[in-house]
Amino acid sequence: MTGFLSGLLRLRRGPWEIVASVLIALGVFMLMQPFVLWAFTWSFIVTLTGTVMFIVVSHFPE
Amino acid sequence: MGETTIERAAKATPPKLARRIRGLSDRAIAWIFVAPTIFLLLAVNIFPLIWTIRLSFTNFRANRPNAEVKWIGLRNYERILTDSDIWLTMQATAHFLFWTIVLQVLLGFALAWFINQKFRGSNFWTTVIVLPMMLSPAVVGNFWTFLYQPQIGLFNYSVAFLTGADPTSFSMIGDTGLAPWAIVIVDTWMWTPFVMLICLAGLRSIPDSIYEAAECDRASKWRQFWTITVPMVLPFLMLAVLFRGIENFKMFDLVVQLTGGGPGNITTLTSIDLKREAFEKWRTGYSSAYAIILFVTVFGLASIYVKALNRVKER
Repeated sequence: MTGFLSGLLRLRRGPWEIVASVLIALGVFMLMQPFVLWAFTWSFIVTLTGTVMFIVVSHFPE
Repeated sequence: MGETTIERAAKATPPKLARRIRGLSDRAIAWIFVAPTIFLLLAVNIFPLIWTIRLSFTNFRANRPNAEVKWIGLRNYERILTDSDIWLTMQATAHFLFWTIVLQVLLGFALAWFINQKFRGSNFWTTVIVLPMMLSPAVVGNFWTFLYQPQIGLFNYSVAFLTGADPTSFSMIGDTGLAPWAIVIVDTWMWTPFVMLICLAGLRSIPDSIYEAAECDRASKWRQFWTITVPMVLPFLMLAVLFRGIENFKMFDLVVQLTGGGPGNITTLTSIDLKREAFEKWRTGYSSAYAIILFVTVFGLASIYVKALNRVKER
């Protein structure tokens, strides 16, 4: 956990890609879940943030 | 000694052009070769994407090209993401996507494993199994409509034979509870052979020596399956899931032919809904926003999936 946090602070690719992947997965789940409409409403913002973040952090050092 | 092709081409080049080419650097020549591809990519992929993003912020309607186009900001996105009908469409797509992939992977892998046993006539059975994949989705949709007929359909009679139920007591494409499964069954029937072929390639790429070494170490068949077969086929399996996932996310023809999105809207997948918005209601700006939402979703998912695939390959 400490390694993960220090990786985030030092702008390392691995931990930031995990964060972006979690956001994308969460966004897609929110888009397709059958439980609450507000999650569907906010899903696109979450997916878009995750996708843009993924593209950006792919250029961070290992 | 005869001239080589290069020498003949050099002689055939007009002197003026030859002088110009001789003056070009390697980098410039490389750009000349790459430029047509880049131009095509820009014209066919990038420009339409940027244009769609721009349209998604307007009220443009393609059937009224002379009407004033207003910039309406994020209103199209707002409407889509608060529309409960589109929410239901997303759920129908998720159901279709999840079950087709699960069934195709399980059945595809099982068939590949079975075919890989190299029994007599395995090549013949491979051809038979692959046949559905070669058919047109329109043809498949049409003949499965007949198979699903409650009065004369072979599917209903097969189910009736196995369960003892009355074949006319249920309608696969007319019942709201059964229709989502009807499209899952047909897509699985059609595309399991594709997953099977990819898995078969994976299984055949495993050297026999690994199994022989495992036999020497007295590893059971079960252990060999989980520690050799599955890890070595996994990258192939993941590739198959990626292909089928992207394809099924934009599934259109088969479902339109089979159920037309009905009964009601129960089998209306996102691509069908998008087509209706764009080319039946002619809400071009709105449907552009819809398309962008789907694009970002698929792009995001594909990005993390490709990353995971690369990790599995490295391992």
